[in-house]
Amino acid sequence: MCVLAILLGVWGARRGHEGVIRGAYSAVYANAALMSLAVAAMLTALLTHDFSVKYVEQVGSRSTPTMYTIASLWGALEGSILFWGWVLSLYAAAVIFSNRHRAGALVPYAASTLMAIAVFFGVLLVGAASPFGLVSPVPADGPGPNPLLQNHPLMAVHPPLLYLGYVGMSVPFAFAVGAMLSGELEDDAWIVLTRRWTMVAWGFLSAAIIAGMWWSYEVLGWGGYWAWDPVENASFMPWLTATAFLHSVMLQQRRGMLKLWNMCLVVSTFVLTILGTFLTRSGILSSVHAFTQGAIGYYFLAFIAAVLLFSLVLIAGQCGRLRAEGNLDAVISRESVFLLNNLLFAAFTFTVVLGTLFPLVAEALRGVKVSVGAPFFNSMTLPMGMALIFLAGVGPALPWKRASREELRAQFVPPAIAFAAVLALSIALGVRDPYTALTFAFAAFALAANVREIWSGMRVRIRARGEPAPLALARLIGSNRHRYGGYVAHIGIIVVVVGIAASTTFRSEAEETLRPGGSMTIRGVSVRLDRVWGQEQSQRFVVGADVSLLEHGRVVGTLTPRQNFYPTSEQPVPTPSVRSRADADVYINLMAFDERGESATLRVLIEPLVSWIWLGGAIVVFGAGIAAWPRRSRLRAQAPVGAIARDPTPPRVPVGASAVVAHRAQAADLTGAD
Amino acid sequence: MRVGGSRRILLPLALVILVGGFAYLSYGGVGDNLVYFLTPAELLAKGPSVYDRPVRLGGVVVPNSVEWNADALDLRFGLTDGLKTVMVHAHGAPPQMFRGNIGVVVEGKYDQSGVFESHNLMVKHSNEYHPPKPGEKPSDVYKTLVRDGGS
Repeated sequence: MCVLAILLGVWGARRGHEGVIRGAYSAVYANAALMSLAVAAMLTALLTHDFSVKYVEQVGSRSTPTMYTIASLWGALEGSILFWGWVLSLYAAAVIFSNRHRAGALVPYAASTLMAIAVFFGVLLVGAASPFGLVSPVPADGPGPNPLLQNHPLMAVHPPLLYLGYVGMSVPFAFAVGAMLSGELEDDAWIVLTRRWTMVAWGFLSAAIIAGMWWSYEVLGWGGYWAWDPVENASFMPWLTATAFLHSVMLQQRRGMLKLWNMCLVVSTFVLTILGTFLTRSGILSSVHAFTQGAIGYYFLAFIAAVLLFSLVLIAGQCGRLRAEGNLDAVISRESVFLLNNLLFAAFTFTVVLGTLFPLVAEALRGVKVSVGAPFFNSMTLPMGMALIFLAGVGPALPWKRASREELRAQFVPPAIAFAAVLALSIALGVRDPYTALTFAFAAFALAANVREIWSGMRVRIRARGEPAPLALARLIGSNRHRYGGYVAHIGIIVVVVGIAASTTFRSEAEETLRPGGSMTIRGVSVRLDRVWGQEQSQRFVVGADVSLLEHGRVVGTLTPRQNFYPTSEQPVPTPSVRSRADADVYINLMAFDERGESATLRVLIEPLVSWIWLGGAIVVFGAGIAAWPRRSRLRAQAPVGAIARDPTPPRVPVGASAVVAHRAQAADLTGAD
Repeated sequence: MRVGGSRRILLPLALVILVGGFAYLSYGGVGDNLVYFLTPAELLAKGPSVYDRPVRLGGVVVPNSVEWNADALDLRFGLTDGLKTVMVHAHGAPPQMFRGNIGVVVEGKYDQSGVFESHNLMVKHSNEYHPPKPGEKPSDVYKTLVRDGGS
């Protein structure tokens, strides 16, 4: 079906034949319907415990709770490839449906590209990763999914989000290829479409990364959320390049700059998603030698090589038409901040790619087993991360093209005050680590700059049109979703960064063996062990410890860290127990226990501001949602600038520097520019 | 900023130098932060060159070598690959299933006194599941695990 769609799509685009293109679109819809059918069949097999199906025999179990049975659909290799193919087919159908009336060859070529990717996953599904194989004799029961994956509800959320993000990145790639094949590069349509779909996928990917961190925090029991593990890096690398693209695409839309660079970012984002899937699914990470055991790795390598070659040939062919139209007007301008931002993101990506792939190269070339330690990633990425946070404050405050002295002063004085105040406060409160103090200060700077941008836009509306504040805010955001969605996302990232900096710098931990009634104290919180108990559940045996938290002699909460014993796992899976509050989390893990219940060893961590990371993540996703939401009226966006003259109350222009800024901001809002 | 003829060459050149310098820096950074994965025999064969270098040491816990002081949270045991044995010292409770003859990986540094100071102890993940044998219940498995766990 996919092959049919490709052929029809290419043929139709070439000839400009309406009917053939229609046929191609129908094939895309049919593909989505058939993939949905396949997923439904697999889900039915899982839920009815049909152990004659190979995949069910591998991951199913009668004793697994229903929610985790559904989640096991994407828990193992074959199921995840099926799920991937399904999500891709849905994306393709959505892309085609929302652009079905668009003329030209762009969309047919994009459809063909998406279907070509679908063919790859289809080949995997019928070949190396076939989930529907039959088993005989049919076993009575299965082992159930990996215990780690049936221990927390977030496992039902994180993988689908990740796939929505990952697979979503194929849509921008498809449009890029479509634009190059059809030669509709000068037309802005492809870049507008690419930007919107990248924003959608980026939102899902951001949510997936945060959910993954949260899962790791709630399940793995070491109290952290990010370990620079290759699996984590796999999701982070395309996020970095996609973030870079979301910024640099504005330079292309507004100034006609960086066209070639943007094309490269779109392609590399897509390649990194495939590389990430390859890394996590081929088993190559445990060892280069494990790789040869599964054929699926070779398919992926071949596919990556093909994508790279195909893209390079296309880009090389269109090189002349990807030349920049505009130039930098001034060193201090929003353009140059975007350039710096992209340089940093590229360096960041390079660092993560290097650290992730280095062990593979070392083992293949020198035969030694190594891993790259977290200190490498931390020392390399910390300065870059700080610089990026700083730029997130500088960028929105700087005008396009050239800035006047008054503008600069008006824009930078408040954030600079915030920077100095927070820096002084941090040092006064005893923050000794210079990086942490600077991170807080940069975060304050960027927060002030972004909030100020929103605030000054709001104030202009309140003054000029007499709108009440909440309405002014809503209308302001509605007037330029890309811009204000971006600022909201900035604020979310700042909150995440503050949470990460505080929780890593100021965490304290203690570990003690307690008898029932005994207690330990850490940072003013007393932890009292009340009881150690055991309980048999259908799929596992649980050992738990009842723990009370006391502050000033009063019980302020109870926690129950547990260890779960699964019949199929040699070692227990811990379930740490967390009391989360805005200021700090109390995180308790049951490390060991006496089998007669006479003692338990508890590891207690106090981690300040961890919950800010999850909150910031939610803000980021909200911002992405604002930016990606389709415009209510397309007429307004396409209306000539003159149309705004209908506005009955022309903006009053106050005197002084801030007026220039405010006026500029409003003018930009009204024209719908960034 | 006007981009003239000579600048057209200078700009990519500056970029190449920047990227090259960065690549060199990060390559050095990787080299300094490599964590080698060794077995006890490989570790001892390396001699003084591994002192105070981060290492992941993998092997099997020597039966009856485990000394665990629950009140001081002090753990000592021998780790072997069948050829050589290295004494490991760790602070903190061992994993619940910790016992003789299981595969573990310890992360830490080998010091001159001949003891491996571990700051992270991991029981080797086994991703191979065996379906429960007929009549076997989770609690039975748990009981056997606890019985063996004492050694």
